Amino acid sequence: MKLVGRQTWVFDDVYIQATGTAVGPFEADGPLGNCFDVVHHDLYCGEKTWERAERRLMQDAIAACLQHGNVTINEVDVLLAGDLLNQNVTANYTARELPVPFLCMFGACSTSMETLAVGAALVDGGFAKRAVAATSSHNATAERQFRYPTELGVQKPKSATFTVTGAGAALIGKGKGRFRVTAATIGRVIDAGLTNPLDMGSAMAPAAAHTIEQHFYDLRRSPSDYDLIVTGDLSRVGSVIVKELLMEAGHDVTSNYNDCGLLIYRPEKAAFAGGSGCACCAVVTYGHLLKEMATGAIERMLVVATGALLSPTMIQQNESIPAIAHGVVIEAVRGE
Amino acid sequence: MRLRDNYRQAVKKFQPKPSYVANSLKAFFIGGGLSVVAEVLRAQFRVNLPSLAAEQAVLLLFIGAAVVLTAIGVYDEFSQFAGAGSTMLITWFANSLTSAALEHRSEGVVSGIAGHMFKVGGAALVYGIVAAYLFGLVYFMR
Repeated sequence: MKLVGRQTWVFDDVYIQATGTAVGPFEADGPLGNCFDVVHHDLYCGEKTWERAERRLMQDAIAACLQHGNVTINEVDVLLAGDLLNQNVTANYTARELPVPFLCMFGACSTSMETLAVGAALVDGGFAKRAVAATSSHNATAERQFRYPTELGVQKPKSATFTVTGAGAALIGKGKGRFRVTAATIGRVIDAGLTNPLDMGSAMAPAAAHTIEQHFYDLRRSPSDYDLIVTGDLSRVGSVIVKELLMEAGHDVTSNYNDCGLLIYRPEKAAFAGGSGCACCAVVTYGHLLKEMATGAIERMLVVATGALLSPTMIQQNESIPAIAHGVVIEAVRGE
Repeated sequence: MRLRDNYRQAVKKFQPKPSYVANSLKAFFIGGGLSVVAEVLRAQFRVNLPSLAAEQAVLLLFIGAAVVLTAIGVYDEFSQFAGAGSTMLITWFANSLTSAALEHRSEGVVSGIAGHMFKVGGAALVYGIVAAYLFGLVYFMR
């Protein structure tokens, strides 16, 4: 049985064989700027519309990933992808160009680890020899989907986050890889009753804490079993809250916790509380954290991608913000 | 109070507070300053123009400036700084139409620009007209 406890899947022999990342200008200027494979210095990424720009990022990330893995798309058995836009247009229109069976997924900003977990399960279960998991987000497409026109003059609060422009892809397969995917904890939808769409960190922190606690409980582990526990995009507000929530449950993560939304931009940059979006967790994990793992700085990490499952319509109807978080354990493979 | 006992209340101490005093001062001085500029301009235009035309000339200048500042991507940054000092002026209405038009030009000139132009500013227009109608009614009935 690969299901352990209530919500955790344990994999036998699954590896991240290669990754690919593509980012926009603000991310390239950030502290992780030189970790990414493809960098666009123009927010339009050489395309005519913002939506096409996001698609370009996802195509670039998948192409870089396949190139690093030294495989062609014809050797990939399933593509799992998702983004933030209505009808997941970035993923669906990117898949339109690719001759590969395709599963579209939506988990808001948790999609990066959702696709990685499901991809790992499919590979581990023998339903695919190789799978590619890809996610993307774009600041301008997300702004207009979830907020206002990009040039509208509104004063955003300090709790607001800045959607990352970028895409990340991972090639998942059996055998031969430096990074082993050993477990995944699938989150539940948790609604803490918050309603402010400009403070998603507060709304998502309970979901992240729930998934992390469940992960420890299912696997009989504690924070000290990990060199790094990293959340997707809780930002400056939510990352403090999740640490406090976990502390209340008796899990002290103060020494080995971080958040991708805090890593991607320089603090002095006007990115408010930090980065967010599907791409935030994807490009930081695939572009930066795995490189850290390759250097030996990290042996085992738990990546918990957090998603706020809101829509502007639901917010206008005074509904609160449901949230979800999926965690994936990645371990370094040494020696040989 | 533990977070998990009453999350909605307890979480408030972790959320950044808006700087009400600083925001109010900025809004007062920037919004007020712009209004003073408008008044000075109106007085200048009054030299050569009738009263109504002078007012309209000032409005046109402010609206034109807001449209240009929106198009070159400056107005949103100005609003982030000035807050209500920028949103309470007619320039914000111009900004709301221009930003929506810019945003949706990728969907074409009819369903994109025209169809979405009043997406944000429409509310100000609707309630502006309703309010004008009600106050007009009061004015004529008194």
